Amino acid sequence: MAGTSAAHGDHHDHHEHKPLTFFQRWFLSTNHKDIGTLYLIFAICAGIIGGTLSVVMRMELQEPGIQIFHGLAQMVYGFEGDAAIDGGKHMFNVFTTAHALIMIFFMVMPALIGGFANWMVPIMIGAPDMAFPRMNNISFWLIIPAFLLVLLSMFVEGPAGAYGAGGGWTIYPPFSTSGQPGPAMDFVILGLHIAGASSILGAINFITTILNMRAPGMTLHKMPLFAWSVLITAFLLLLSLPVLAGGITMLLTDRNFGTAFFAPENGGDPILFQHLFWFFGHPEVYILILPGFGIVSHIVSTFSRKPIFGYLGMAYAMVAIGAVGFIVWAHHMYTVGMSLDTQRYFVFATMVIAVPTGVKIFSWIATMWGGSIRFTTPMVWAIGFIFLFTVGGVTGVQLANAGLDRALHDTYYVVAHFHYVLSLGAVFAIFAAWYYWFPKMTGYMYSEFLGKLHFWVMFVGVNLIFFPQHFLGLAGMPRRYIDYPDAFAGWNAVSSYGSYISAFAVVIFLFGVFEAFAKKRIAGDNPWGEGANTLEWQLSSPPPFHQWEQLPKIK
Amino acid sequence: MKNKAFAVLAAIGCLLFASTAFADQPFDWQKGLQPAATSIMEEIRWFEQYTLWFIVPITLFVLALLIVVVVKFREGANPVPSKTSHNTAIEVVWTLGPVIVLLFLAVPSFQLLTKQLAPTEEPELTIKATGYQWYWGYEYQVGESPLSFDSILLQEGDRAAAGKEDKGVYPRLLAVDNEVVVPVGKHVRLLVTAADVIHAFAMPSFGVKIDAVPGRLNETWFKADREGLFYGQCSELCGKDHAFMPIAIRVVSQEKYDTWLAAAATNLGDANKALMASVDDAAKAVNVAANAAQ
Repeated sequence: MAGTSAAHGDHHDHHEHKPLTFFQRWFLSTNHKDIGTLYLIFAICAGIIGGTLSVVMRMELQEPGIQIFHGLAQMVYGFEGDAAIDGGKHMFNVFTTAHALIMIFFMVMPALIGGFANWMVPIMIGAPDMAFPRMNNISFWLIIPAFLLVLLSMFVEGPAGAYGAGGGWTIYPPFSTSGQPGPAMDFVILGLHIAGASSILGAINFITTILNMRAPGMTLHKMPLFAWSVLITAFLLLLSLPVLAGGITMLLTDRNFGTAFFAPENGGDPILFQHLFWFFGHPEVYILILPGFGIVSHIVSTFSRKPIFGYLGMAYAMVAIGAVGFIVWAHHMYTVGMSLDTQRYFVFATMVIAVPTGVKIFSWIATMWGGSIRFTTPMVWAIGFIFLFTVGGVTGVQLANAGLDRALHDTYYVVAHFHYVLSLGAVFAIFAAWYYWFPKMTGYMYSEFLGKLHFWVMFVGVNLIFFPQHFLGLAGMPRRYIDYPDAFAGWNAVSSYGSYISAFAVVIFLFGVFEAFAKKRIAGDNPWGEGANTLEWQLSSPPPFHQWEQLPKIK
Repeated sequence: MKNKAFAVLAAIGCLLFASTAFADQPFDWQKGLQPAATSIMEEIRWFEQYTLWFIVPITLFVLALLIVVVVKFREGANPVPSKTSHNTAIEVVWTLGPVIVLLFLAVPSFQLLTKQLAPTEEPELTIKATGYQWYWGYEYQVGESPLSFDSILLQEGDRAAAGKEDKGVYPRLLAVDNEVVVPVGKHVRLLVTAADVIHAFAMPSFGVKIDAVPGRLNETWFKADREGLFYGQCSELCGKDHAFMPIAIRVVSQEKYDTWLAAAATNLGDANKALMASVDDAAKAVNVAANAAQ
């Protein structure tokens, strides 16, 4: 989007300090690129753990009956006999909870915001680093204890006589208060507090960086769309996370200090928590997908060798999605017993979001229209994203209707919907970004064959998992069930087979990374040609330790 | 376990012939909503089909555009890219187009919502359902002493004693010991609450789903338009046995309901058995009549 006129010859390190030791570089880092790398490594590790949890759940659900969780409970917690069955049932709920928390807070957010945005936003806007480099470091190092707390929660007491927090990522009271008195839920709450603090610090950092440190000439209306998407995401984080923090603090005091914010027996209201949670929770799902929107825009433009179609419309569509995202929260709560007028309002507001989302889908296609498209690995992932996100989007339009949601709420239809927009939307955007920027970040080119193989195996796998779940949801299968009536067996088996295929795709991904580092094919400064015209492609690959010591001037 | 993959493939082949044999509970390889037993569910089913008429073409349209782009504008076919980056007319079209589609969806959607939440009739019977970890309690607000009983998942070992050996009628994880019994064609008001954590009362064939929240009394209603035995399941995560607290409602004629209610006041178990016998007899009578007619 923005060309530079300034010299950018500083391709080697202009570093004046003594060389950093390993410990200094990676543990005391103030460099946005190193911190971004740490975040990406963290996200991959967390993604493998969260993914493993989901595969184990799919193994359990492959057939009716309880297959493996009683054995797992026996192995991990040492339960015997009938206690193992009960322990296993709760353990399944612990797995659904941990899978969601890990994938949301410790995989997608660290990958997109901590990883790619940290790496690329300063470079793209022509800034030498983030505005607050030390704060950037603490953002990362806070997420580690947060993650450990969530993992540890699986091994301490939750409900009487069982281990782990099994209330779902939504942690609705009273099940998360009087229903699970053990410390596991406190671990989760503290973990969320710390992860939230980390994200708020990160959001402040991004907002400050983007608003103050753009290179001369780069007005907001010339700023790359990925920077736009991160700016909007940062505002969503800044405004929504304090509400979550308030809600879970009240949960904590209800649990430990005798307050009764959500305890009906003392005049509290469990539904209040749901309002607070979803006031955060709905913006949160846009936090997960908006950076992906930015990434896909760049990739589509690069490999079509065309400028982004309707740039301003794209930017303000994201602004609109972010803004409207704050006033639709109770569409997650159509069955809690809200009044007719309240439900009418939330139906209407939710449907409005389809309009800016449509603008984005059509603008991506219009960007490709008339282009000269090369089907490189990142482009294939981006095209896959556009289609699969559309599928997830239209089922969202169905669910927006409270009248229809009455039948689909808390069924697998919802599970299918949000995995189409997240597991097939956000995750496809992450892989698109990975293959797009890997040569820039490492200087090495990956195997095009392995990248595309990864795509196709993953595409088949995730569609096999989640498309049949639409059928299960329509037929009425509720979410978060360890066992189901025999009639649901068929589609559950298909879904489980898809899960194994997706797990194999992750192995291909990891092998592709290994292969790229082993073969050390030099990528060059700009492997993508003239279509790639954001600032990062004018730097060396990998970029110098400190870039833009002379600020680029934007025409 | 072995041959499972083959069975899955074979079953996919049989999909087109999937029947609605057990209409009031999910059936194998089901792909759509459960058949309706109330006018509300009838409308939900209609509205779901109606939305498909919009979202499926939209998805196919996006897919078609992507295919055109991939074929026509790949590097080999179109080596020189255009420089177009704006077209106000088309941007207005793809902003207003979805608005019009949404209006078409919104009108029937709001009508359906209003019908669900603002019933026009007075209730003829009120039943209170209370969610517990992990079973349902029911209270009939009739007469001077309300009838109340618990409804617990039917244990496999209790099938014979309960006379519920037929897994087609009393499926695993759906059948309970004491069903809710209601008269057909009557407006039933349902009050729903919970005693410990949040549960949710769901009855797919009736188009009913409402959360059971401790400290709150939620209200919904249904009016079953045919007799039968209908199944639903708890629909809000409530702990380890969330998957094991089903809901079963038996819809019978007013006459049978009255008989059952009178008997249930003294002995619920006997009343249920008598009701099961009379329902079975009626079914047999229908079969005999059908055979005779042939």
